[in-house]
Amino acid sequence: MCLAIPGRIARIEGDVGFAEFGGAERRVGLMLVPGARVGDWVLVHAGYAIQTLDEEEALESLRLFEELLADEPGAAGAP
Amino acid sequence: MTGAGPARVRVEAAVRRIREAVARPLRIMEVCGTHTMAIGRHGLRSLFPPDLRLLSGPGCPVCVTPGSDIDQAIDLARRPGTVVTTFGDMLRVPGARRETLDAARAAGAHVRIVYSALDAVELARNEPATEVVFIGVGFETTSPTIAAAMKSAREGGVANFSVLPSFKLVPPAMTALCAAPDVRIEGFLCPGHVSAIIGVRAYAPVAEAAKVPCVIAGFDPVDILEGVAGIVEQVRDGRHEVVNGYPRAVHEDGNPAALALLEEIFEVGDAAWRGIGVIPRTGLNVREGWAALDARRKFGLPAPEPDDLPEGCSCGLVMRGVIVPPECPLFRGACTPAAPVGPCMVSSEGACAAYHKYGG
Repeated sequence: MCLAIPGRIARIEGDVGFAEFGGAERRVGLMLVPGARVGDWVLVHAGYAIQTLDEEEALESLRLFEELLADEPGAAGAP
Repeated sequence: MTGAGPARVRVEAAVRRIREAVARPLRIMEVCGTHTMAIGRHGLRSLFPPDLRLLSGPGCPVCVTPGSDIDQAIDLARRPGTVVTTFGDMLRVPGARRETLDAARAAGAHVRIVYSALDAVELARNEPATEVVFIGVGFETTSPTIAAAMKSAREGGVANFSVLPSFKLVPPAMTALCAAPDVRIEGFLCPGHVSAIIGVRAYAPVAEAAKVPCVIAGFDPVDILEGVAGIVEQVRDGRHEVVNGYPRAVHEDGNPAALALLEEIFEVGDAAWRGIGVIPRTGLNVREGWAALDARRKFGLPAPEPDDLPEGCSCGLVMRGVIVPPECPLFRGACTPAAPVGPCMVSSEGACAAYHKYGG
């Protein structure tokens, strides 16, 4: 349930952003990361960015997440 | 599992540290469903010495949600002009009446799965004549996202949105578990993304009160094994410190904006944990000033009750770390993922489901 995915903020409209996840863009609430800007990496849980990440951290987390997704499509669908 | 050379070296080093540090029977606990799944999937228990028991605690928010909350959600979903929105993993968990949201939906109740609480607010905005209720289940990772949605609803004048609160707090529950006489936990592997919100410092009271080491870990097998190594070495040395093994996402103070928002909307109160009972000060209640967004007040529903689990179900003992799933008499016999009896077998992140899928 506490799965969180790194994404990169592509654009911001008010306190809603649009983050890229491997090419797909998805709406992400930014209320919990008030300092986040376009281009920042964020950790996204249940439709909200819950933490900012530096690029290296994000890419590392992403690699691990993809590994997790590889043979776990059911479990990874949880928020 | 970890591919490249350096990860393999780190795995071997961590396993060696664990084997060297464990000199007597030892019980440690993880309190995160995502850890439960990762440990099972990578077969990490098979790397441990037989004296080390890694228990799965109450780390699955779906599993600890009282059946009475699920019943209330089902009743709301049957109410004319009302839609209940929820994360998908709540659908198959039976309530106290043994009904599920999934079955209720099939029979015509208004239940919609959403990916985010924000989607539920959006639905309410688009359908102003419909009461939209979101089931507020989750630990500290999830509760700030729901708090944010509540704030958006209020600021946007969306009066037909409310939350059925069933939030839980992890650190005080860890302390409470340690205080029970039949549970002997000597260390905690702390949840990575809960910690991203609450920070490293939130575990200081647990380590102090229970005199157990608390190590925050990420979700990679290397993160988990290094976390376990850190715990068993602390136990060997008689230490009980809080260590951050997931600095990629976890900072000392957590996420201050998220914590401020939780504080603004909620106050700490007692919470009913399914199969465990009421644990003082482990829940979040909606503050008086936000009562219009509290579905329980809005629809005049009673407080949740710590209901009994189905007959013979040992989920409570499993989640308290008294037994492991294969020690439940129903495990793999009367209780399977296809025909689950207790919540820990229903939820994909439940300890019983993980043991069933991957073995101990």
